[in-house]
Amino acid sequence: MSDIASRVKAIIVEKLGVDESEVNPEASFTNDLGADSLDTVELIMEFEKEFNVAIPDDQAETIGTVGQAIAYLEKNVK
Amino acid sequence: MELKRVVVTGLGALTPIGNTVPEYWNGLINGVSGAAPITRFDASLFKTKFACEVKNFKPEDFLDRKEARKLDPFVQYALVSTDEAVADAGLDFENLDTHRIGVIWGSGIGGLKTFQDEVTSFALGDGTPRFNPFFIPKMILDIAPGHISIKYGLRGPNFSTVSACASSTNALIDAFNYIRLGMADVIISGGSESIINEAGMGGFNAMHALSTRNDDPATASRPFDKDRDGFVAGEGSGTIILEELDHAIARGAKIYAEIIGGGMSADANHITAPHPEGLGAKLVMSNALKDARLTTADVDYINVHGTSTGLGDKSESKAIVALYGEDAYRLNISSTKSMTGHLLGAAGAVESIAAILAVKNDIIPPTINHFTDDPEIDPRLNLTFNTAQKRLVRAAQSNTFGFGGHNASVIFRKYED
Repeated sequence: MSDIASRVKAIIVEKLGVDESEVNPEASFTNDLGADSLDTVELIMEFEKEFNVAIPDDQAETIGTVGQAIAYLEKNVK
Repeated sequence: MELKRVVVTGLGALTPIGNTVPEYWNGLINGVSGAAPITRFDASLFKTKFACEVKNFKPEDFLDRKEARKLDPFVQYALVSTDEAVADAGLDFENLDTHRIGVIWGSGIGGLKTFQDEVTSFALGDGTPRFNPFFIPKMILDIAPGHISIKYGLRGPNFSTVSACASSTNALIDAFNYIRLGMADVIISGGSESIINEAGMGGFNAMHALSTRNDDPATASRPFDKDRDGFVAGEGSGTIILEELDHAIARGAKIYAEIIGGGMSADANHITAPHPEGLGAKLVMSNALKDARLTTADVDYINVHGTSTGLGDKSESKAIVALYGEDAYRLNISSTKSMTGHLLGAAGAVESIAAILAVKNDIIPPTINHFTDDPEIDPRLNLTFNTAQKRLVRAAQSNTFGFGGHNASVIFRKYED
């Protein structure tokens, strides 16, 4: 697992209060991990803070699963 | 239209002197002080370095971690005391009409800690607005009754009342009114507050409202004592379940007392100082008595606002003498803030609980920390100094007065068929 992937998972575990074993790449924040719309916004903000990137709203809307978050960040974090 | 009778069927308390109602009452009748050095933040640069904090409270004992993180302390407190009250009342919501069960909740300020933290974080940044999406719904005062309704699925009247330190008394009066008008069967009422943080203590310190007796916190809240020097900040929550009498009887509920009157008034005098002659205080007590259809001869106990400030205690004692006349010297008076500190928007709720239990148990909790008589306080008043007193309590009045000049007072009576 990449460094980015493990940091992303740690944030999700902390913010959504879920077990690490549930945080697999296919898991959807809202359908599988119990996030509501505000939780999702908070997650994006935490990724921005952790990786020092700005995720534009139109990009944020495409991040709905753990795998999508990891892929986006691996591509955009320098 | 005939008004319905309304009774108290459940109580919950999370206070600086006890985290449940039995612990709270035990603290009250034993004269326990809740004051101690502040642990929530480093208060070394503050004029006041002590307060009445809730002790040994871990939110995760009551709420799941993810949930607790999204709740300001004043809402965590509200949920915990309400849990106790719901269980105490034996309310089985599955078998009740939850469209006729409401929540009316008071707080003076709401999520001050949340506001402080978010704004501080913004101010320390580069100007990019990175506000947490939970900032607003975590901070707003009315989120407390919102969360209570969500937790139990209650779809009746739901809102908050705001009148500073009278807030939760106003909540009780509103709850009482809606039930006696037939608009609800049960209302979870009360209030909560949590302002022991930098913004809260700094703000009240700047007003010279707080005691600065840093060398002896436990005796700092000394209502009616000659050497009182301001109030002691407190925090916590009180829940009172009000229920329409027939509804309570039908489900075999235990009944603590009957709520029989609520009064409201304004000082129309100054933003923070009480009227020097206690005109607003006299009027609110009088309004509550009229609403209850009682005379001054019928009341045996007044749980006063009595914050331990120079002006406030003097004007309230004058108001009692002016309204009650000779009856003022017959009844017991006490300020339980001498023990709990001032719970601000939650004061009305926790002090009403003290009044309800005084009516139920025929015991008057004391005004502790009395050392020196104040020549400006009528010496004939029985202020229940230092030790609890046993006496028959047919009815008790509970007063609260808030910055802005808001006054609210409620009366509880022994329940009889």
